[in-house]
Amino acid sequence: MSSLAISVTDLSKNYGDRPAVSHANFEVPFGTICGFVGPNGSGKTTTMRMLLGLISHTGGTGTILGESIDHPERYLHRVGAMIEGPAFYPALSGAENLRVLATLGGFAVDEVQGLLERVGLGDRADSKYKTYSLGMKQRLGIAAALQPKPQLLMLDEPTNGLDPAGIQEIRELLRSLADEGTTVFVSSHLLQEIEMISDSLVMLRQGKVIFAGKTQDLLLRQQPVIIAKCADPQDLQKLLEIAHNAGHEGSIVDDAAHILATSEWAPTFNKLSFDAGITLSQLSPVLPSLEETFFEMTGDQE
Amino acid sequence: MIRVAFAEWRKLRRPTLFLGTMGAVIGFTALINSLLFLLLDSPRGNAREGQLINRGTLELPHGLVTGFSSAAGFLGLIALCVFAANTAQEYTYGTLRNLLVRQPRRITLLVGKFLAMAAFALVSVILSAIVSVSLAYGLSGKAKVNTAAWSTNDARIALLHAFINVFISVIAYGTIGMLLGLLLRSPISSISLGVAWLLVVENIIAAFVKHSGKWLPGQLMSSIAAGGDINASYSHALLILSAYLALATIFVGVLFSRRDVAN
Repeated sequence: MSSLAISVTDLSKNYGDRPAVSHANFEVPFGTICGFVGPNGSGKTTTMRMLLGLISHTGGTGTILGESIDHPERYLHRVGAMIEGPAFYPALSGAENLRVLATLGGFAVDEVQGLLERVGLGDRADSKYKTYSLGMKQRLGIAAALQPKPQLLMLDEPTNGLDPAGIQEIRELLRSLADEGTTVFVSSHLLQEIEMISDSLVMLRQGKVIFAGKTQDLLLRQQPVIIAKCADPQDLQKLLEIAHNAGHEGSIVDDAAHILATSEWAPTFNKLSFDAGITLSQLSPVLPSLEETFFEMTGDQE
Repeated sequence: MIRVAFAEWRKLRRPTLFLGTMGAVIGFTALINSLLFLLLDSPRGNAREGQLINRGTLELPHGLVTGFSSAAGFLGLIALCVFAANTAQEYTYGTLRNLLVRQPRRITLLVGKFLAMAAFALVSVILSAIVSVSLAYGLSGKAKVNTAAWSTNDARIALLHAFINVFISVIAYGTIGMLLGLLLRSPISSISLGVAWLLVVENIIAAFVKHSGKWLPGQLMSSIAAGGDINASYSHALLILSAYLALATIFVGVLFSRRDVAN
């Protein structure tokens, strides 16, 4: 059996002449969390829909849990999914909505309450879905995805509408599922939301996979930066010269100097600037996001 | 398929839907039977389109089910609304994607849904039959209708035939609703188009085009419910309507099984 939960080769989807996903290639190993990242409209949901057999693909191939995506009936009973947000019957309670899906999928109906408690909805099980907040709806969607005790969990923007505490809970839930052996394929338009829990990343932009690999590979390449602003913008070039003379390269981005250096060098830089007669209005050591690091690596600023 | 049907039944048994629909069934059935018996001697008629069903007709064995057969059109329209809404709402709520993830065999999903809705329609027809027969007996005294023939074996056979014919007619209405729901993917559009065609367009065509009742689906469904009428014989109506529904089902089935689910 393959060690890959998901594998796609040249997967494409065109709507007329417009490519929504173009020759996507990536793999997701079993038992890992893979972040699927890209801006809104980049093709994440379209890709997930193709993997779930909801829409046809116009090119390429793919396998899920070792089965071809042309035969979703062979693997979907082992897959849990929430695509493009939660969708349930407004007039039914949260529990009854899950019972509908449990009956349909042949899962134990009496496990519904336990699932609702796992996602923090135990005390609202009998409330109608239409009375739920956005965050509660999201949790119900995740509970539905967990129903088949999935080998592969595919979640599309699961943290939408959740407060920071809720986002943290979802991260912990996904981590615990992965620790139990579930492969998690989770999309987000914000890399920072999922970079810390993802073992690997697939980055999508304008329908094309621009990065597919281990998160660690990106983390190792993160370069700390000191962002400096001064009272007179004409002094920015002088700041770059000061940094250069001290062995640090930099560039001017908008109205600030970005110096490649660790936070420990910031006090020294501040003193050197002061000695040169430059008054700094801002001095901020920052670690760039993985996305910025990626684009720094590839030289792509689009 | 059975799992799909049971899952669908969970949605259909929701109290507001189930009790509301059955309430409408009872109400329409009671209204039609009341008009039939209480306006028996009215010169304006006591049945559909001002027709007059006289006391002598009601005293025959099939007089017991005259009201029930007359209610078929209303039962059918209720079925059309339920089937159309319950199908199209899967698109508007976005729940179709949940269903297809749990049951990727699309035709199995459709058949399962249809079976559950057919069971729902069966309950409504049984309820309507009980109300009709009860009211027929209850109102016969006031309308001075002799019920002796209603206790005969012929009356029981007439009741069985009427039940089967009304059920077939109601299922045909429901099937049209489901097909419109799948085609238009909107409850409001599918119900309004279905009702407008069956209640308005067909009646206009039937009024102006001679013998068109033999070919119009709504008229054929009425003919089936009545066990054959002046528009079309029972066998003709059954044959033509079956052909219509079979063709439409194949077309919509192929469309549903191939169409992307993108909402």
